[in-house]
Amino acid sequence: MKIHEYQAKEVLRKYGVPTPRGVPCFSVDEAVKAAEAIPGKVWVVKAQIHAGGRGKGGGVKLAKTVDEVKAYAGQILGMQLKTHQTGPEGQKVRRLLIEEGADIKRELYVGMVVDRVTQKVCLMASSEGGMDIEEVAARTPEKIHKVFVDPVTGLKDAEADAVAAKIGIPAASVPQARAVLQALYKAFWDTDASLAEINPLVLTGDGRVVALDAKINFDSNALFRHPDLVALRDLDEEDAAEIEASKFDLSYISLDGNIGCLVNGAGLAMATMDTIKLYGAEPANFLDVGGGATAEKVTEAFKIMLKNPKVKGILVNIFGGIMQCDTIAKGVVAAAREVNLSVPLVVRMKGTNDEMGRQILKDSGLPIISADNMADAAQKIVAAVAGK
Amino acid sequence: MSILINKNTRVVTQGITGKTGQFHTRMSRDYANGRNCYVAGVNPKKAGEDFEGIPIYASVKEAKQKQGVNTAVIYVPPPFAAAAIWEAVDADLDLVICITEGIPVRDMIEVKDRMAKHNKMSILVGPNCPGVITPEEIKIGIMPGHIHKKGRIGVVSRSGTLTYEAVGQLMELGIGQSTCVGTGGDPVNGVKHIDVLRMFNDDPDTDAVIMVGEIGGSDEETAALWVKDNMKKPVVGFIAGVTAPAGKRMGHAGAIISGGKGTAQEKLEVMQACGIKITRNPAEMGKTLKAVLK
Repeated sequence: MKIHEYQAKEVLRKYGVPTPRGVPCFSVDEAVKAAEAIPGKVWVVKAQIHAGGRGKGGGVKLAKTVDEVKAYAGQILGMQLKTHQTGPEGQKVRRLLIEEGADIKRELYVGMVVDRVTQKVCLMASSEGGMDIEEVAARTPEKIHKVFVDPVTGLKDAEADAVAAKIGIPAASVPQARAVLQALYKAFWDTDASLAEINPLVLTGDGRVVALDAKINFDSNALFRHPDLVALRDLDEEDAAEIEASKFDLSYISLDGNIGCLVNGAGLAMATMDTIKLYGAEPANFLDVGGGATAEKVTEAFKIMLKNPKVKGILVNIFGGIMQCDTIAKGVVAAAREVNLSVPLVVRMKGTNDEMGRQILKDSGLPIISADNMADAAQKIVAAVAGK
Repeated sequence: MSILINKNTRVVTQGITGKTGQFHTRMSRDYANGRNCYVAGVNPKKAGEDFEGIPIYASVKEAKQKQGVNTAVIYVPPPFAAAAIWEAVDADLDLVICITEGIPVRDMIEVKDRMAKHNKMSILVGPNCPGVITPEEIKIGIMPGHIHKKGRIGVVSRSGTLTYEAVGQLMELGIGQSTCVGTGGDPVNGVKHIDVLRMFNDDPDTDAVIMVGEIGGSDEETAALWVKDNMKKPVVGFIAGVTAPAGKRMGHAGAIISGGKGTAQEKLEVMQACGIKITRNPAEMGKTLKAVLK
């Protein structure tokens, strides 16, 4: 689960990470009031969307007067902000963060992720702040310093100090940097985060260490123990179809192609998408109906896929194990009837009771195309969509 | 022979009284030698009772003492599953197979760290996996038993139904399996592809291996580099997720391309460079395997 920058900063502040003074705002009026309440000569007007790259997309502006704050807030609120992470349509800005300006002497990077190889939390730090860390990793990997944190001890003083020194924190500010790094680790661990980034972490003219930006993602498997974090979820930032699917315990992800696919199991679902591509078309979605799909779930899955106007055909690929093919076939027939299916449908079923399943499809009188294997299924749906 | 499990394995089911645990214990006991293999269940509140004749004990340690179990299978709900793993490891069982999906990553980091610091030798398979099957001997997990038959091909995969797909394709060609292992879809887990390949390499009754991977992490690359220098048997590979977008979790918690790393393309290239016969068509896993058999 993702949250906004201002929310991530609230979480980090609780753990003692210094951040600039700031106020989240939902309207231009609020933005003006916030600027008036924050003393100083400059303010930063920051679009709050979940995607990164906001500055380059025009979503972050420096204002030198309250009037400028008002003007920028008016420009940014409601804009379709396009960044490398939003896709070409962009994301509508509904929230702003008005912050005091900072006296930036140096921009640094610190972040944390779970490292899959060592199976520990990994602290990454770099002197190259404000840049995409992936770019730094690609161009100057020697500038990224890593610490794999022992889960029993947490981030040790010596580890934090060594990293701080390596990224160019002057000796006088190292104790502050240590506190920030340890607070970041504690926040990461306590909240079951999957990613936490402060980019940039800045060193100010007077030697303070401040989090100028913040990003935290949480492990969705652990949200059951964090109702306070769940409350931070912003559904406006998420794909409507994905939210709808999650209500029915379906794992769904929207893609750009025109062939909808409904599959049981995540690996097989990806493989099915790959097969569609292999035969010259593009999948419209990833959809895993899970191990215990019922007729109701299959019907909901059809409805969600068909809400996407790009879908010109559907491929159902089921490997029936515990889940039986005749049950799925009944679900597919019921779903096709309920939604008045008007696009071609290819069904490939294999496994328990597959003969019975195919017979049910055939007896339904619906124009369902049966396929023997994955390649056959993909070829048939690609041809049907192409009108061949 | 086979790897990890055979007809002499003695299994305790943790979470035997829950709906999933009951269903799959029943299915597994009805498969091949299951009646002799499934000898115990654990639930501290129901110790002394039984599940359809399988005695229930208060702890894994007690099940081990009373029934000589050497393997645990876990169907415990996610909030308690990591503790269940530790209980089985702490009882020094040889093998712990965790089926549970949705365990918080932090819980897995803690239990794996504790296993390492206590020098525990138990092999962990999963979590979030279909389990392990040695066809016609024993099945431990949620895979459909009847789609398998005994043979000499090993199968290792991170996914469930995609493994069944690979097995289904082998069966259409009349090829049986020695053991099929699902390592699971979570980022922090037990055995990886490399560990299972090592076991297949040492198993005299495995002739070749199908290795099925997916986007995310670097397990497949690590395994491929090991194969290049050590594997004496042919390995055939497929990676799911060529069409998966970056930054999106594709169902499995571990199936995500992050920071441009863990793409299917990259994995396939490394595997190919290491001498693994890859196919980009998931419908041809069986065919590709058959072609490497002499």
